Amino acid sequence: MHEIIDKLVLYFQFPFVRYAMITGTLIALCSSLLGVTLVLKRFSFIGDGLSHVAFGAIAIATAMNLTNNLFLVLPVTIICAIILLCSGQNSKIKGDAALAMLSVGTLAIGYLILNVFSSSSNLAGDVCTTLFGSTSILTLSMTDVWLSGILSALVVVVFLVFYHKIFAITFDEDFMTATGVKSKAYNLILATTIAIVIVVAMNLVGALLISALVIFPALSAMRVFKSFRAVTICSVFVSVICAALGILISILAGTPVGSTIVAVDIAGFLLFSLVGKIISRG
Amino acid sequence: MPETIQETLNTEALISCQNLTLGYEGKIVINDLSFIVNHGDYLCITGQNGSGKSTLMKTLLGLKTPMSGQIIWGNGIKATEIGYLPQQTQIQKDFPATVREVVYSGLINRTGLRPFYTIAEKAIAEKNMRKLGIGSLAGRCYRELSGGQQQRALLARALCATRKILLLDEPVAGLDPQATLELYTIIKTLNDEGITIIMISHDIDNSVSFASNVLDIGAQQSTDIMKQNKE
Ligand SMILES: Nc1ncnc2c1ncn2[C@@H]1O[C@H](COP(=O)(O)OP(=O)(O)OP(=O)(O)O)[C@@H](O)[C@H]1O
Ligand SMILES: [Mg+2]
Repeated sequence: MHEIIDKLVLYFQFPFVRYAMITGTLIALCSSLLGVTLVLKRFSFIGDGLSHVAFGAIAIATAMNLTNNLFLVLPVTIICAIILLCSGQNSKIKGDAALAMLSVGTLAIGYLILNVFSSSSNLAGDVCTTLFGSTSILTLSMTDVWLSGILSALVVVVFLVFYHKIFAITFDEDFMTATGVKSKAYNLILATTIAIVIVVAMNLVGALLISALVIFPALSAMRVFKSFRAVTICSVFVSVICAALGILISILAGTPVGSTIVAVDIAGFLLFSLVGKIISRG
Repeated sequence: MPETIQETLNTEALISCQNLTLGYEGKIVINDLSFIVNHGDYLCITGQNGSGKSTLMKTLLGLKTPMSGQIIWGNGIKATEIGYLPQQTQIQKDFPATVREVVYSGLINRTGLRPFYTIAEKAIAEKNMRKLGIGSLAGRCYRELSGGQQQRALLARALCATRKILLLDEPVAGLDPQATLELYTIIKTLNDEGITIIMISHDIDNSVSFASNVLDIGAQQSTDIMKQNKE
């Protein structure tokens, strides 16, 4: 026990470990708050889909020889997310299918463009970094910490102010519109928030981790709790605790951070499924 | 025909529909329908399956745009004073929500930008739950209720949203005979309190005895309004 604490104290003297801890838990908090809505609206895979969109945009930026591709990639990805999320319950192509179409389509087109136009020799490497996040969670800077701090403050405020509206949009958008509530406006606010969070977080911690952080805590909480409020609160706690645990374990065991967090989330999900089974039986 | 509509338009109608043609992707469902609804009316819409009753109601609510024709809402009514009970909602099987959360969501059109419900608003929701006999189910999970209980919860939500007019798409579907009668009584009471009712129903007997007007959307695309003056 003593050794473990010593080791942790030692590691936490490095700024990048502290940055990873703070940013990781903050992003876990944001994504779990929005995750419940995303899972219920059938957009669980949005993190993955958007990372492919970002890849397509990067390919175009490369082909156009843009030096700073962020100015193209961020707006394009955010706009795609908003279009996806705002298309609503009544669109011809439902959420999951639309997402899959966009994700596969942009990936293929992006790869095609890179192959035709790119002079870079390390094509496979380029593809890999864009899909799994250009920066690792362990290479974050002080700016990134601030960015994630501002982001989570924004998300928490939006979520608290619009909590009842978010519930209603997710539960039954048509009813809201029919009874004179500007559901389109609220949907746009929600979609924009989600889009910004996913895109920024994707750049910070990678698409794989962001997808896991959206899906697992919400699903875990839904195994046990039956009300929207309880599920939301529980998924926030699960998400933050799993992220912090995952980072600690990865430090101690020397495992990759992102995949360790996902593994802890999976363990959490199994635990909650078990608890849910026991509760429904007893 | 046009003269009579012109005449009625001059009076203060709550809703007047003129030459409405409704349909999906060029396929016409209702052709050239005109009617008016006055304050305090209890309008019952009947017709066969697929005749376009739900389509008409969605169009009245602005969820669908008509292919031609127009709907004019009289002044003195705001969109936030409408209550609505849909025929079916595509609520996912796994949606975590209690009955109370569902019913409270009917209050949202009263809140505007305010992020929370006031005590008075919560009292309205609690009263409506008791009225519909689901007070004891308030804490239960919505998806674990029976079809009829879910219907009552959605109706309580609609009551929370309404202040002037209530649109109901087959409200008694799935309710037992006693609940059906209770529901008709509740709706009649609301109507007597001054709330305008537009209700779709297959239950001709009851609708004729409770409603003040019946709109029959026939299969042969001709529509006629049977006005019943019960006074
Ligand atoms: N989303 C849609 N897309 C295309 N056609 C539709 C759609 N919804 C309804 N229809 C068609 O419009 C017609 C009217 O449908 P509607 O739901 O209004 O009927 P209804 O009178 O409410 O029937 P019911 O008594 O079964 O509720 C039907 O022929 C139906 O096939
Ligand atoms: Mg119908």
